Amino acid sequence: MTYIPHTDADREAMLKAIGVERIEDLFAEVPAENRFPELHLPQGKSEMEVAWEMGGLASVNAAVNEYAVFLGAGAYNHFVPSVINHILLRGEFYTAYTPYQPELSQGTLQAIYEYQSMMCALTGLEAANASHYDGATSLAEAVTLARAHYRGKRKKVIFSPSINPQYRAVARTYHQGSGMKFVGDKGSATIPDLIDMLDEDTALLAVQYPNFFGQIDDFNGLADAVHEAGALLCMVVDPIALGMFKSPGALGADMAVGEGQSLGIPLSFGGPYLGFFTTTMKLVRKIAGRVIGETVDKYGRRAYVMTLRPREQDIRREKATSNICSNQGLMALAASVYLSLVGKSGLRRVAELSYHKAHYAAQQIDALEGFSVDFSKPFFKEFVVQCPKPVAEINDALIEDWGIIGGYDLSKDYAARENQMLIAVTETNTRDEIDTLVEALRELAEA
Amino acid sequence: MTELHIQTNDAPPPLEPLIYELGAPGRVGVNLPEPDVPTADLPDAALLRDEVDLPEVSEQDVVRHFVRLSQLNHAVDTGFYPLGSCTMKYNPKINEDMARLPGFALVHPLQDPETVQGALALMYGLQQWLAEISGMSAVSLQPAAGAHGEFSGILMIRAYHIANGEPHRTKIIIPDSAHGTNPATTSMAGLQAVEIPSDANGDVDLDELRKVCDENVAGMMITVPNTLGVFEAHIKEIVEIVHEAGGLMYMDGANMNAMLGVIKPAELGFDVMHYNLHKTFSTPHGGGGPGSGPVAANDKLRPFLPGPIVDVVEQGDEDTPPLYGFVHPPQSIGPLKAFWGNFGIMVRAYAYIAAQGADGLREVTRHAVLNANYIRVALKGTYPMPFDRFCGHEFVCEGHWKDAPGIHALDISKRLMDYGIHPPTNYFPLIVPEALLIEPTETESKESCDNFIEAMLKIAEEAHENPELLHEAPHVTPVGRVDEVRAAKQLNLCCRPVSHE
Amino acid sequence: MADWKIPADCKFTENDEWILVEGETAKIGLTDYAQDQLSDIVFVDFGDVEVGGALTQGEAFASVESVKAASDVYAPASGEVVAVNEVLEDTPEVINSDPYGEGWLVAIKLSDPAELEKLMDADAYAKYCESRA
Repeated sequence: MTYIPHTDADREAMLKAIGVERIEDLFAEVPAENRFPELHLPQGKSEMEVAWEMGGLASVNAAVNEYAVFLGAGAYNHFVPSVINHILLRGEFYTAYTPYQPELSQGTLQAIYEYQSMMCALTGLEAANASHYDGATSLAEAVTLARAHYRGKRKKVIFSPSINPQYRAVARTYHQGSGMKFVGDKGSATIPDLIDMLDEDTALLAVQYPNFFGQIDDFNGLADAVHEAGALLCMVVDPIALGMFKSPGALGADMAVGEGQSLGIPLSFGGPYLGFFTTTMKLVRKIAGRVIGETVDKYGRRAYVMTLRPREQDIRREKATSNICSNQGLMALAASVYLSLVGKSGLRRVAELSYHKAHYAAQQIDALEGFSVDFSKPFFKEFVVQCPKPVAEINDALIEDWGIIGGYDLSKDYAARENQMLIAVTETNTRDEIDTLVEALRELAEA
Repeated sequence: MTELHIQTNDAPPPLEPLIYELGAPGRVGVNLPEPDVPTADLPDAALLRDEVDLPEVSEQDVVRHFVRLSQLNHAVDTGFYPLGSCTMKYNPKINEDMARLPGFALVHPLQDPETVQGALALMYGLQQWLAEISGMSAVSLQPAAGAHGEFSGILMIRAYHIANGEPHRTKIIIPDSAHGTNPATTSMAGLQAVEIPSDANGDVDLDELRKVCDENVAGMMITVPNTLGVFEAHIKEIVEIVHEAGGLMYMDGANMNAMLGVIKPAELGFDVMHYNLHKTFSTPHGGGGPGSGPVAANDKLRPFLPGPIVDVVEQGDEDTPPLYGFVHPPQSIGPLKAFWGNFGIMVRAYAYIAAQGADGLREVTRHAVLNANYIRVALKGTYPMPFDRFCGHEFVCEGHWKDAPGIHALDISKRLMDYGIHPPTNYFPLIVPEALLIEPTETESKESCDNFIEAMLKIAEEAHENPELLHEAPHVTPVGRVDEVRAAKQLNLCCRPVSHE
Repeated sequence: MADWKIPADCKFTENDEWILVEGETAKIGLTDYAQDQLSDIVFVDFGDVEVGGALTQGEAFASVESVKAASDVYAPASGEVVAVNEVLEDTPEVINSDPYGEGWLVAIKLSDPAELEKLMDADAYAKYCESRA
C-alpha cells in the first residue's frame, strides 16, 4: 500500500479502540447498494514503473529545450534561473497551505508580502493581491471589481480587440450571469474608437500593453477620458515589458493585471501560471483574493498576516464578490525569487535583450521576399509577419525540417488576418536560431 | 486582541529582513549574456521608464533569504497538519520529478497538438480515470482550483436550464454547513443562494428542503461526506427531492478522500461535481496553491462542460496510437481560464493514481477514515462532540467547556503549535460553535495519531488547570499572536513607496 | 456578557440597528450588541450614500467590517440623508467604544415617521438580545 504506513498490528489496535471489527464497518452509513463499487483503473505500479510510463509520455512531446521556439501569444520561453526550482522544492514552502495560522506561516506570508511589493513596484500601483489563477482570470476579476465598485449600476465593459482573445473569452465566461455586457472587441477598434464608446453606463475599459500583436499603442489621453466618464481603466500587461516601458500606474491605470508566467515559471503546457493583480489603495477593499499585510506580534516584532479578510468567501459567503479561495502561492513565490535575482538592472536587461533580438529578427524577416513585418507602431518582443502562405503550412515545415516551433497563427482568432504569424523572440533565442528561422522562411517562400 | 502588549520602543528585531533590506546598490543575482545581435534603437524615451524599484542582491543573498523564510513555516514535510477540509496528506516526491520532466515542463501550450501527443494522452487518461472514480461520463480538467470547478458546475447548471427554456430556475439550495465558496459561487454565477438548516444529527433537514423545492429551483450544492464529516443519512432522498422539483445536484468534491472506491457520486444521483487534485490526489498545496479542480458531469450536463477537453480525434490501431486533440463540448459554458488547466498539477495527480491503482485508492479512503475515527473515539470523552456517529475522513469537535469558560477553540489551536502540530480548521463549519475540524489523512501513522491525541488530552487538562498557558500560546513559534486589527486598520500591503518616475 | 447598553429612547431593528428621533431628523447606528458581536471594527463602507440621497426602509446602505466579519447595515426607516458621520473614516473603532454616541452612522430626515411603529422598543430589543445570548 503506497504512502500508507499502517501495519496489521496498527489496524488491529485501532479497530479495537474504535470498537468495530473491520474497517468496512465504518462505512455503515453509506447506502449499501452502492458501497464499494468496482473501479476500472489499472493496477497500482511501483515508483520505478510509474517513472517509466510517464517518462515515455514525456519523451513524445516536442520540448523547447530541443527546439528553437518562436511561439508566444500569452506564454513565453524566458530564462528560468536555477535558484528558483531549488527554492520551490523546499518542502516547507510547497507542502504548506494557506497561511491561516500566522504563527506557523511567516515564511509564506513574508514571501507573498514581498511579491506584492515587487508587483507594485513593477506596475506603479499601490496595492497587489496574492495572485489569481492566470492572466485571463485576473482580467475577469478586474471586471468583477469594477462591477462591485459601481454596485452593479454600471454594466458596460469596453474591451480593446487587441487584448488576448483567450482573456476576453474567459471574462465573458465569468460574467455570463453577472449582468455585465462587453463591447468594443468585435471589430478593429482603435484606442480613439474605444474612447468614443465611453458613457455613463461604462464600468471598465480594458486595453493590453503591449497589445496581443506585441505593439505599444498610443495611450495619450486614454486615462483622462476614462476617468472623465467616471469609469475605471485596466491594463493587461507583460511584466517583462515593464522592465523598460512606463508603468500602468504612470499611464493612469486603476488596475494592472496580467500573466506572470514570464517571471521564472516554466511553460508547463499552459499551467500552473500566475495571474497578478494590482490596483490603487482607493479600490483595494474591492479586490478579490488573498491580501497580506504587515503588522506586529504581541512582542512588537514585525510580522505578516492575511488581512482584509471579511471580503473573502469563507466569511462573506453569498455577498463575496468572488468565490476565489486559493491563490497561485508557489507561483507567486517563483516570481518573487525571479524578481529578486534579476533585480533592478537584470529585469531591464532581460527586457532589452528580448527587444533587440525581436527587432533583429523582424528586420531580417521583413527583408525576405514575400514576407513583411508590421512596423506601424513600436513593438516589444512580438511582431506580426504577413506570410506568403498559410501559417499552419509554414509551421509544419519548420518543425519537421528545421527543428523550429514557429509563431502563432493569427487567423485562428482574427478572420481578417489570413497568413499572419505572430512571432515571439526572447532573450533565450540565440542569433543562430533567428538566422536559421530566417533561412527557413526564405526557403519555404521559394519552395 | 486587547491582551496584546505592543512594545513599540523596544521591539525585537524582525525574524528575517525584507529582501529589499538586503544587498547593496549595483549587486545582481543572475548573470545575463551580452546581446549577440546588432542592437536596435530603443523606442521614444517618452515610452520608457527610468528604473524599476527591485532588490539588488546576490544569488547567495537570495538563496539564504528564501531558505530562512522557508524555515519559518510549518508544512506537511515538517509535521502533522490535520487541517480539516484541506486533506493535508503526504506529497510524494516522484510527483515533483515527473512534473519537471522536460517533456512536460518545457512544452508550450499553443504547440501543434501533433507535437504534444504525450501530454494529451496523459490528460485524456486522467479524464478517463476521474470519470471512472466518480461514475460520471465526462471530465474537463480546465478549472484551476476547487472554487473554480464549483463555478464551472454552477454555470453548467444555469446553462442547462436556459437551454431547456427554463431561465427562471435561479435558486441554488445550499445547506448551512457548506463551504463559503458554495454561496459565493452561486452569486458569482448570477443565481440566488437559498440556505437550509441541518438537523440535530448534522444531516440536511428534509422538511426544510421540501419547503424550498419549487419550480424556481436550479439545483442544490452539497458536500459528501458533509463538512461535519458525516455521510448524509438520507443522501438518496435528498437527490430525489431535488430531481423531482426539476433541479440538478452538484457535489462539492472537497471530501473525496472519504469516497475513493467506496461510493461513486454519479451512482448517488449527482449530475455534476468537482475534484480537488491538491486534496484527494496528493498534489502539493503550495502555500495556498496552485490547485486543480477538474469538473465531472453525467450525460445530461456533459455538453456544457468548460472547454476545450481532450478527445481521440483519430482512432489508432495495433501499430499506431490514437491521435489526441482538443475538442469543444457542443454547448460549452466557455473557457474558464487561458489554455487547458493547471497541467503541471495534472501530471502529479496522474503519477499518484498510477501508483495507487484501483485497490490502492480504496485503501487510501479506508485508512483515512480509520485514522479519523480512531482519533474521534479517543477524544470523545474529553472534547464535546455535536454528533456521536461514525465519521468519514474528518470530524468536528467543540473547543470549549462549560467548566473552562475563558477557553476558545482558537486558544486550543494556538497551544497545539507548542506541541509541534498544526491546528485543525477553526470556526468552520459555522454551525458548530467553537468548531475544530480535524482531518488526519491516511498517510499519518498510528504513532502520529497517538501523539496528536496525547497533545489534545494534555491541552484539555491545561485548559482547566492553567488557562493562561493557552491564552498566551503559542510560546515556541517564530512569532507570537499577531495584531490583526492593526494589519486591517493601518493597511500596509507594500514595503516601498510607489513612484511614477 | 449579557449587559449590552440599550437606551430607552431609541427604536431597534432585528438587524441590530438603532434609530433615535430628534425633532425632524433621526440618527441611525449599530447597537452595542452588534458592535460586541463584530468585535474590533476596522472599516465602514458607506458605498454611494451621500448627503441629499434617499434611504428606503430595509435598504442595505453601508457595511461595517471587523477583522473577522462584515455586516451590512440596513436603514431602519426611510428618508433623506442629512448627515454622514465622517469621523468613522479614520476612527471606525468609535462604534465599538460609543455605539450610541460618537459611533452614529448617518442622520436622515424621516419621510414616513409611521414606519417607526414597526420597530422594537428598548424592552422588546433587550429580550431579543437575551434570546440570542
